[in-house]
Amino acid sequence: MSVLAQCDSKETFVLNLGPQHPATHGVLRVKLTMDGEYIRQAEPVLGYIHRMHEKMGENRTWAQFMPNTGRLDYLSALSYNHGYVLAVERSAAIEVPERAEYIRVITVELNRISSHLVWFGAFILDLGGFTPLLYAFDDREIILDLLQAVTGSRLTYCYFRFGGVYNDIEPDFITGTLAFIKRLRARMPMYHNLVTKNIILVKRLKDIGFVPAEMCRKYGATGPVLRGAGVAYDVRRAEPYSVYPELDFDIPTHPEGDSMARYLVRMDEIEQSMRIIEQACTKLPNGPVMAEKAPKIIKPAKGDYYAAVEAARGSFGVRLVSDGTNTPYRLKLRSPSYSNLSLFGEASRGMLLPDALALMGSLDLVIPEIDR
Amino acid sequence: MSGYFAEIFSGTKSLAIGMGITFKYMLKPVVTVQYPYETLKMPERYRGHIELVKDPETGEAKCIVCGMCQRACPSGCITVAGDKREGEKKKVLGKYVLNFTTCSLCGSCVESCKSGAIKFSKEYNLASTRKEDYILDLLQRLKEQR
Amino acid sequence: MNPPSEPIRLLAFLIGLIIFAALNAAYLVWLERKVAGHVQRRIGPKEVGPFGLLQPLVDGIKLMTKQILVPDHIDPILFRIAPPLLLIPAVMSFVTIPFSETLVARDINLGLLMIFAFASINVLGILLGGWGSNNKYAVIAAARGVSQNVAYEIPMLITVITMVMITHTLNLNEIVRQQAGGIFNWYIFRWSANPLMLVSFLIFFTCSMAETNRAPFDLGEAESELVAGYHTEYSGMGFGLFFMGEYANIVIGCSLATLLFLGGWQCPFGLWPGVHWFLIKLYLLIFTVILIRWTFPRTTIYGLLNLSWKILIPFALFNLILTGAMLKIWPLIFP
Repeated sequence: MSVLAQCDSKETFVLNLGPQHPATHGVLRVKLTMDGEYIRQAEPVLGYIHRMHEKMGENRTWAQFMPNTGRLDYLSALSYNHGYVLAVERSAAIEVPERAEYIRVITVELNRISSHLVWFGAFILDLGGFTPLLYAFDDREIILDLLQAVTGSRLTYCYFRFGGVYNDIEPDFITGTLAFIKRLRARMPMYHNLVTKNIILVKRLKDIGFVPAEMCRKYGATGPVLRGAGVAYDVRRAEPYSVYPELDFDIPTHPEGDSMARYLVRMDEIEQSMRIIEQACTKLPNGPVMAEKAPKIIKPAKGDYYAAVEAARGSFGVRLVSDGTNTPYRLKLRSPSYSNLSLFGEASRGMLLPDALALMGSLDLVIPEIDR
Repeated sequence: MSGYFAEIFSGTKSLAIGMGITFKYMLKPVVTVQYPYETLKMPERYRGHIELVKDPETGEAKCIVCGMCQRACPSGCITVAGDKREGEKKKVLGKYVLNFTTCSLCGSCVESCKSGAIKFSKEYNLASTRKEDYILDLLQRLKEQR
Repeated sequence: MNPPSEPIRLLAFLIGLIIFAALNAAYLVWLERKVAGHVQRRIGPKEVGPFGLLQPLVDGIKLMTKQILVPDHIDPILFRIAPPLLLIPAVMSFVTIPFSETLVARDINLGLLMIFAFASINVLGILLGGWGSNNKYAVIAAARGVSQNVAYEIPMLITVITMVMITHTLNLNEIVRQQAGGIFNWYIFRWSANPLMLVSFLIFFTCSMAETNRAPFDLGEAESELVAGYHTEYSGMGFGLFFMGEYANIVIGCSLATLLFLGGWQCPFGLWPGVHWFLIKLYLLIFTVILIRWTFPRTTIYGLLNLSWKILIPFALFNLILTGAMLKIWPLIFP
């Protein structure tokens, strides 16, 4: 439960958790009204990295917007590629070949693992532990090398196309991926021994930053924040897309709603992603990776289309309004971190400052996707 | 009361296990590559900036100056120009300039080229102190290559 | 040959001790960076000199050539006096530490008490540094540092009192002499005096880490989750002095732990006592302190204070009572 201050003091001061953050969240400014050590009010101020992606969407053709999707949430860029591509494919009724769907699932889940590894390292770095970051990055290097061999990029992927993926995978991608999964499975107990069971960390995370399910519903928080409050909502199960209905995986939830629950949900999600990748690798069919009938210039029919995918941080949605021309009329991006951040103001009331920072780390925010 | 002692005991044990892990990793070899003394080989599909492909028969660039790459680029960083000489069916490339400061390495240009005239290079050592170094004259680079 | 007269011997020792403290402060930084590097599966400093051994020298030159930015509206005396206040007590405490049977600057009968008297001045360095900076975040961090230091002085002193009850002397050299004769005579294994001696050692070690503001108790300085702590406003050599003071204090804390519990300059097999054993044990403890920093995350201020008041002090008091009881009862059972 949140710790409430004992006495109501009139003397408060404003502390600026400025845009230049030592932590890796990005350029977020939070205006805190503090009473001694306790936070009375927290007001996030956004906009320091607003790059007008939605406006760029109105001035670029449908295919020209692809690189922008990789730059929204750079840590899980393939999920964002997937969301945009899904929306356009729904609007133009393009069929994606089976092999391309499986390749999409494998690469997206690898990207999810790498995003969670970065979150893990950065979160523990916020709390003062310097080493797990580098162990996580050691594992992440292998994912990045695998994806680089396939797509050519390491971070901001522009790999998906309308109707499939850009190029096919080599057989040693599959062997490399399976070898990596074996290695990561062997390393996960090390992470749990070094970090999860550490008494200092348990004291810092357990019962800190309580976010109950009603608060999540009020602010529209999704992803591990919602699953850490006990609600088993995952876009891959609620609004199935791609080949996820054919794959067998669980949705990890923890009912406590504190920072420890969100931490454990993400660690469990890494395990579930590994399961998905293994199944997809065995089920991978042969065939083309690009739909033959995919038109070169996409012109969706007039209308309003929406697609949501489960990105690493929550439900990422793309709303397209098309007026029949070759550029979108309106392209709205629903970023999960925006909704997750909006509950910070209410959840951090009455908390101590280091605890509020642990809460913010456990929400896993990436500011560029909030500001777009 | 027993919870108090149990917590102290399990806490101390978790700390000792953690230290054991870091000590073990300290004795293992390093995983970093000592750049610039050791360099890594870039994979085949690595996306460096684009470069022109030489036609092995004629020795010239394969580019037919159709302008598809220029139209496909989201950032407008490609400038292609060429003229049609008499007696030849296709245009001859006169200028191909890439403004790498705005390129996002999306690959739309490579994908849209029908004649396979551009491909990704493997250049990654691109540090410079002047912006002009990043306005790449790809035709010049092709000529210097041979 | 006449033995050198006392003032000359003392002067030679003082110069040697200052050089020892300075070299330690410099090369412990090197050791820390190397250990941190290898724990994180990378090489630490390697460019400057072989294995990066000249790195501390170059860093020292950099710190000395930096502009010493003195902000406006600071308290002129307090701001400048704070960094030396952290370093001087540590260097002065070196005077009584016996590196070997004969290598001791001044064999004072109240050596242990003198070290703790000087250690209490550390707190002043932190407090004055924070207060004199005219920066509200530095003051908050300094206030936390004071409460941390006070909270951890108490179990440390209670543990030391327990040891003094066993050793009957405050003379450090005498304490080490009492641990002669092999590893099981060291006080950490002297379970006839107190079966929970390992617990005493752990309490003392934890408290010495907290006294020197060392991770995982480094809220004062690595408070970078919020602001930079009590040495925000210091630059150049002012910061360098804080740094050196911290490492000198670590050396003092670990030397005390070695002397009181691990037998000082005694050999584990009782053969060749000497300064080399002292240095080996000292650097093993310092290595442990460094490893702990790079393994664990930071505690919060309340976790830290809870640890001291609710766990360390009850255990230390219990140890005290137990030792008193054992000292009376053991000779009755085994005369």
